[in-house]
Amino acid sequence: MSTDNNRLYESMGDKVLRYVTLLMAILVVILMIWIGWQMFSSSQESIQHFGWAFITSRVWDPVHHIFGALPFIYGTIVTSVVALIIAAPIGISVAIFLNEMAPSTIRKVVAFLVELLAAIPSVVYGLWGIFVLAPVLRQSVEPWLTKWFGFIPWFKGAPVGFDMFGGGIILAIMILPTITSISREVMAAVPTAHREAALALGATKWEMIRLSVLSYSKSGILGSIMLGLGRALGETMAVTMVIGNMPKISSSLFSSAYSMAAVIANEFTEATYSLYLSSCIEIGLILFGITLLLNIFARLLVWSVARGPKGGHLV
Amino acid sequence: MINTRRNFVNKLMLGLFSVATFVALVPLFALLGYVIKNGITSLNLDFFTKLPAVMGMSGGGMANAIAGTLILIAIASIIGIPIGILVAIYLTEYDRYSWLSTTVRFTTDVLTGIPSIIIGIVVSMAIVAKTKHFSAFAGGVSLAVIMIPLVIRSTEEMLKLVPHAIREAGYALGISQRRIILNIVLPTAAKGIITGAMLAVARVSGETAPLLFTALGNQYWTHSLFKDPIASLPVQIYTYATSPYDEWHRQAWAGSLVLIAIILCLNLIARFAFRSRSN
Repeated sequence: MSTDNNRLYESMGDKVLRYVTLLMAILVVILMIWIGWQMFSSSQESIQHFGWAFITSRVWDPVHHIFGALPFIYGTIVTSVVALIIAAPIGISVAIFLNEMAPSTIRKVVAFLVELLAAIPSVVYGLWGIFVLAPVLRQSVEPWLTKWFGFIPWFKGAPVGFDMFGGGIILAIMILPTITSISREVMAAVPTAHREAALALGATKWEMIRLSVLSYSKSGILGSIMLGLGRALGETMAVTMVIGNMPKISSSLFSSAYSMAAVIANEFTEATYSLYLSSCIEIGLILFGITLLLNIFARLLVWSVARGPKGGHLV
Repeated sequence: MINTRRNFVNKLMLGLFSVATFVALVPLFALLGYVIKNGITSLNLDFFTKLPAVMGMSGGGMANAIAGTLILIAIASIIGIPIGILVAIYLTEYDRYSWLSTTVRFTTDVLTGIPSIIIGIVVSMAIVAKTKHFSAFAGGVSLAVIMIPLVIRSTEEMLKLVPHAIREAGYALGISQRRIILNIVLPTAAKGIITGAMLAVARVSGETAPLLFTALGNQYWTHSLFKDPIASLPVQIYTYATSPYDEWHRQAWAGSLVLIAIILCLNLIARFAFRSRSN
């Protein structure tokens, strides 16, 4: 009798744990859908009031109840692209260095330092940006670029330091660890036999890297760049602190601007009427939509490489 | 002739990769150097024991922000770590390959890429707007949402490393699945799970954006976890860094030093004290 009770109790316990974990797993999916739904439903007022003009209008004027998101979208995209141009080649180089070149002691130390870069809070990057990076840019880097490359519209104008260029550089530092760690992950998935095959055919190390490693992992590397881009687009504090926070559109990188995340950070709690709040949330919705699509696509790319082609059932 | 060219290209490319690695580490040292240099001169006992001084006045500290950060981390951990571990158990022990677990795994990955400020907005609308109070609870929940996918991923990796033979040995002895999971699999992977959880804690302890709309910030002590806004180191650093006062700038550097020290300690403890054999 008592063993029967025991068994009953055990099988009850089995079911409870199973269903609790199942419930939590489903909860994660619901959480994701709920986040999207919240953003969508809360921005309805602004969507209905402005329609598509919200995305194309340059005017952001809370006093007169007029809201357009274009300057913020522009600032976000330009800073993120600058960040990618700087961080992608360097980040992938670091991944190659760590995976293919470095002896194991150096690899451990450098990998740890790169992870440290990812561990530093964004607000500290912002602080450093305000008091160290921006003055350096204003006094030396930007005047130098204007002097030699001023014929390109990007590098025209009076240097202020708090501008899209500074925002892009800060972002580049912040997304580099993302690009490096995920590129490393996909490069590590390249079978050693491919490397040996290239070397056996007389390839130099660089040729081996190019022919075996890079060509095998290129879609995963692309995925890592897109994940870096996703991080750059949504990064808030550091950009808010160095971009200058002026909603304008300029072809010069040395011009103050504003980003989507920054305007939300600055104005969300100050939005005094519902259309204003709804407009802030709609900017959030756009940001959410872009990063969501980017992440879905990038994850599919990384999964397809790092987990083998179909099914991915190898454990 | 061709070989010299190939050798040259080889050396050039390998050299470039090495230089790039060096370049990538320069900002790290520049940043840490400035934080230590500027932070240490502003750190004193008052910083850890006193409330912030009145605007623009000298002296004062960040005692409330340090305590606030610890409280927020505690709330986030209490909510986020168990949920994350439970989901990971589901993904490894009950259902590794079905469409549902693939969906959950994919959602988890995508969730890590959602900007933290979006999570701040959503939690703010769900909790702050409903309760009419900025609160430590709302801040903790937003940090928990950021933690959950991180904990799921790290725990899942660790559970996968537990050999099947151990589970099968349990079944062979007639032990129920729940006991195998709770008494055999989890303890085997415990070190790795703790490491992952601590790294997740380290990751959210520097989060600022979601706290702006949920915990808000506070110049004084907080008396209720559900009704009062609460100060935190990251938000305090942000407020001080963007203020016009030199004294506050100094405090911001000191705050950054303390924050980085906390995060670094968590990272190092996680990595070295709880390092599992597999790493």
